[in-house]
Amino acid sequence: MLIDWFTVIAQLLNFLILVWLLKRFLYQPVLKAMDEREKRITARLRDAETQKAEAEKEKGHYHQLNSNLQEQQESLLEHAKADADAERQRLLEAAREDHRLLRSRLHQTLESEKANLSQGIIRRFQKEVFEIARKVLADLADTSLEKQMATVFVRRLEELNDADREQLSAALRSSNHGVAIRSTFPLSPDQQQAIEAAVKKMLPPERTVLFETTIASASGEQADGIQLATDGYKMAWSVADYLSGLEKRVAGILEEELEGEPKMNDHGA
Amino acid sequence: MSLSTDDIIFWEYGFFKLNATIVITWGLMLVMVVGARLITRRLSSDVHISRWQNMLEAIVSGILEQIKEIGVRNPEKYISYIGTLFLFIAFAALCTIIPGYEPPTGSLSTTAALAISVFVAVPLFGIEEKGFWGYLKSYLEPTFIMLPFNIISEITRTLALAIRLFGNMMSGAMILSILLVISPLVFPILMILLGLLVGMVQAYIFGILATVFIAAATQAARH
Repeated sequence: MLIDWFTVIAQLLNFLILVWLLKRFLYQPVLKAMDEREKRITARLRDAETQKAEAEKEKGHYHQLNSNLQEQQESLLEHAKADADAERQRLLEAAREDHRLLRSRLHQTLESEKANLSQGIIRRFQKEVFEIARKVLADLADTSLEKQMATVFVRRLEELNDADREQLSAALRSSNHGVAIRSTFPLSPDQQQAIEAAVKKMLPPERTVLFETTIASASGEQADGIQLATDGYKMAWSVADYLSGLEKRVAGILEEELEGEPKMNDHGA
Repeated sequence: MSLSTDDIIFWEYGFFKLNATIVITWGLMLVMVVGARLITRRLSSDVHISRWQNMLEAIVSGILEQIKEIGVRNPEKYISYIGTLFLFIAFAALCTIIPGYEPPTGSLSTTAALAISVFVAVPLFGIEEKGFWGYLKSYLEPTFIMLPFNIISEITRTLALAIRLFGNMMSGAMILSILLVISPLVFPILMILLGLLVGMVQAYIFGILATVFIAAATQAARH
């Protein structure tokens, strides 16, 4: 007989015992361990997910901060640029103003120098002309310029036309002071007497004639020559008239020479 | 030479007897339980696990996966029964590589015992799942005419389970014994390999069929 029923029953029991034992020692512990591991891994993954999400959030936050900073930086830079431009404009403006001021000052300096120069030249000319005239008169006519001038002054006083004479007489009469005869050279007693005689003809007897020697001034106030001055009237006999033409010509030449410089400066600014 | 290990009797007292089948089965049970206990004594639920634990987990999760694939609901509930069926038969077949070993599954008594356990377990699981009447109603499906055929199928499939496993395991051992007598040593080794393969396949078939029966018994009502 192939089947032994006692063995069947015994094997059935054996099998049931094995099922129980394996359930107790194999399946339950292994399944439990696997479940626990799965749970742990799931928890870890969830943790990781949460952390990742947080990290993403942080990242976004920092991105935002970064872009804000960049924007701020850009705006600051923009401001700084604008400020620098304004400052540059202001400095340029100031420099232009300075330049304008300096130029006008330079111009004034040049003007005054020009005036000084022309006056110096005029004085020089005057002196030279006087020297030449004196020398010519001394060498060729055997007379002095001063003497000749005094002579001519007296003659002119005597040869005044009626209107001028009347005017001079009126001025002399109304004057409270005396008459001043100013000359840029010392008059000799003869010359003084001759002039005094000519003046006294028109002068009330109590008035005195005063002789003064002055230095010729470049301003033209007193040119080389003789001048009669009283309150409200002045009569002069000098080289001033001759020199005024010369002065104009000299001024013209100076003008031409000095015109170049300011133009160059204009170009430079 | 004996046809079955049942015939090797160590001790006998009336109806009770202690034959080689029972003793070898005890030996197998001892090795399996002690091995499982040793490995599962220090189980780790962390990510790092020992290789033995890894092996056990692979086996258990593999069985679980198979049960799930067949369509049994709640496979954890049936794994101790189905898994033990498979592991016992497979381990019994695996030990054929030990010289002088005779698989207890080569005895019709053992296979009959296993088949009877399936025959009893399937209705029990079915009743547990669907209730007594619910389970009995499944014999009337699709129509009441099918009742005798259902009952016949229930019995024959149990017989088939027992005989199939017995035939395969017994024939393997038998062929090996015969070849050892008539041929040189190399050829029986190849036959041992073949026997191992057959044993594994039979273990798989037994387990799968039991699972299919359980699945049919526990799920029919849901259609």
